[in-house]
Amino acid sequence: MTVFEYAPAPESRSIVTLRSHYGLFVDGEFTDGGGTPLKTVNPATEEVLGEVAVGTDADVDRAVRAARKAFTRVWGPMRPADRGKYLFRIARLLQERAREFAVLETLDNGKPITESRDVDVPLAAAHFFYHAGWADKLEHAGLGPAPRPLGVAGQVIPWNFPLLMLAWKVAPALAAGNTVVLKPAETTPLTALLFAEVCQQADLPPGVVNIVTGAGDTGRAVVEHADVDKVAFTGSTEVGKQIARSVAGTRKSLTLELGGKAANIVFDDAPIDQAVEGVVRGIFFNQGHVCCAGSRLLVQESVHDELVASLQRRIGTLRVGDPLDKNTDVGAINSPEQLARIRELVGIGEAEGAQVWQPDGELPERGNWFKPTVFTDVTPAHRIARDEVFGPVLSVLTFRTPDEAVAKANNTTYGLSAGIWSEKGSRILAVADQLRAGVVWANTFNQFDPTSPFGGYKQSGYGREGGRTGLRAYLKES
Amino acid sequence: MSERLEVRKTYKLYVGGKFPRSESGRTYPVADGRGHFVANAAKASRKDARDAVVAARAAFAGWSGATAYNRGQVLYRVAEVMEGRAAQFAEEVAAGEGLSAAKARAAVDAAVDRWVWYAGWTDKLAAVLGGTNPVAGPYFDFSVPEPSGVVAVLAPQRSSLLGLVSVLAPVLATGCTAVVVSSLQRPLPAITLSEVLATSDVPGGVANLLTGDAAEIGPWLAEHADVDGIDLTGAGTAAMELERSAAGTLKRVLRAPADEPDWTGDPGLSRMTPFLETKTVWHPIGV
Repeated sequence: MTVFEYAPAPESRSIVTLRSHYGLFVDGEFTDGGGTPLKTVNPATEEVLGEVAVGTDADVDRAVRAARKAFTRVWGPMRPADRGKYLFRIARLLQERAREFAVLETLDNGKPITESRDVDVPLAAAHFFYHAGWADKLEHAGLGPAPRPLGVAGQVIPWNFPLLMLAWKVAPALAAGNTVVLKPAETTPLTALLFAEVCQQADLPPGVVNIVTGAGDTGRAVVEHADVDKVAFTGSTEVGKQIARSVAGTRKSLTLELGGKAANIVFDDAPIDQAVEGVVRGIFFNQGHVCCAGSRLLVQESVHDELVASLQRRIGTLRVGDPLDKNTDVGAINSPEQLARIRELVGIGEAEGAQVWQPDGELPERGNWFKPTVFTDVTPAHRIARDEVFGPVLSVLTFRTPDEAVAKANNTTYGLSAGIWSEKGSRILAVADQLRAGVVWANTFNQFDPTSPFGGYKQSGYGREGGRTGLRAYLKES
Repeated sequence: MSERLEVRKTYKLYVGGKFPRSESGRTYPVADGRGHFVANAAKASRKDARDAVVAARAAFAGWSGATAYNRGQVLYRVAEVMEGRAAQFAEEVAAGEGLSAAKARAAVDAAVDRWVWYAGWTDKLAAVLGGTNPVAGPYFDFSVPEPSGVVAVLAPQRSSLLGLVSVLAPVLATGCTAVVVSSLQRPLPAITLSEVLATSDVPGGVANLLTGDAAEIGPWLAEHADVDGIDLTGAGTAAMELERSAAGTLKRVLRAPADEPDWTGDPGLSRMTPFLETKTVWHPIGV
């Protein structure tokens, strides 16, 4: 077969001005942190992008005080319509500076520019636009005639969708009248700090949004601060449990969006090409660094061979490499630590007897890379069918009947998302009804929208983000 | 003619639709408000709690899968049957809580009305808490509330009937199944309520009532990996420790109020939403 090669199509990074040193954003100003600064690295090139301040307990305390003061004196008493207008401003600023955010996100995270440009940044702006409209309509949120904000929200977010997770946390908190202390992930702090500049351009009152960068200790200080009223965390189930333990016995309210091991179920009547596209999008989107990734493919036995062959053919056309290249499908693994974890679990998968497959092709020499990987002959007891890999690794299992598909899909401690591929409407609805998962995508996968609640069952956490339901996380009933 | 000698009742547990004694063989004396002996109640053990969780899990698929209309009728039936035994409940509440006959009867009436109130909620939750989501793309997208699963309920220690119904009925209305630990000092209305549940078309295992000490059984329920949620209302000083245990499996936790609330107030949705998940389903639109 003739293969037409693509010429490189790199996105220019000139739109981004990197700084050698980044400070914390507290009370409306950038300040130094008390800790030893971290270096943030481009995972595709190992280039150091800049030095980032690390917040200590004292810095976090300063941020919480600023947030408390802003809550009591400015943001709380403000007319709700005006709070909404600030959020509309932020949404517009994110749209105006969208390309800058997209390039910076790709540099810091390693995700393909097409994803940061077409998914992360537009969705982040949409979240602010959506929640802006709620600010003066909260009495219609279903929490009584005069729902009240909780106060100061301490928020800790992961590295897989740095700006988007910030938007999921900050937009509803502010719309509901809370103020925020947010801790970005240690490997991806840059877009959060650029967002701080957006807050300044919007003339958002000082202290309403505070951003304290750092690693786990800084996050712990935010979560455990005595004057925080609300804790919101997105990240691993293990850390989520520690946080749930630490807020026990306090008056803090808590929402958790944790890990997943989603089943993507393909029935024999599904349109195979469409299903293959969905399966690929489900697991290789964002290098599989997605809590709701469709990491377990459950295929009806009669179409297993056909589907796997088609899947492998399609994966062979995925382009792995320079995230700034607009032809790239799969970018860099975010950190050496994550790459080591992926390698370890893939090694366990091979050792436990599953068959591993990867496409041909070279990977770049520098940076953190892992090829799209498919395991067949996987049983439900295999670690790769149970543990969240958080990488581009798909495990294929089979089933014979819808009941067996549902039983296998639900055979996990997680319950974040699931997929169904079938042309039969009644079957889709019946299976969707029985899946114990917070988001079910039927004949599609990895779709997100600010109006659509997102969050898990079981050990994938509790609370929802998005939609009217999501406001419950930041309001108390009057 | 001499007065007839009354036939006294043996109070047992209610697990899986049956009335077993505690597998531990333990009982403890229950006194009325003036300290006089009334009966020996079964003292549930860790094993009884585990058996109750097994029963509740087994009943979950049927109860959560029943239509909301059906669940509403079953809960309404509980109110009907309870109304017929109001005098017996009033006598027990008056004796156990040391209330006047009138106040005890008012508590019973409120408890019956609470079942009626929650019976009417079953087929409205999805419309009030769910709906379609106007996503920016060619997709039909809707959200529905679904029950979390098996919920452990530590019932209030003071309000032995109205408080008990106020914490159990919302859990059943959501479609969850329940393992309830009664008030330690005032357990008898819980067992009489079990007799009502057993004769009201509530499927066996949907509600399981254990008499005994929440301080003893609570920790096992808080840790149990097949319990999805826990209501700590009657936990007392153990509440913080139980919430910490519940974090190990990320249970949904309804925290204990600072003091036992006035159960006559309108409860709103606040006792149902903690044990409801939101499921969102997407499907493309196209021809």
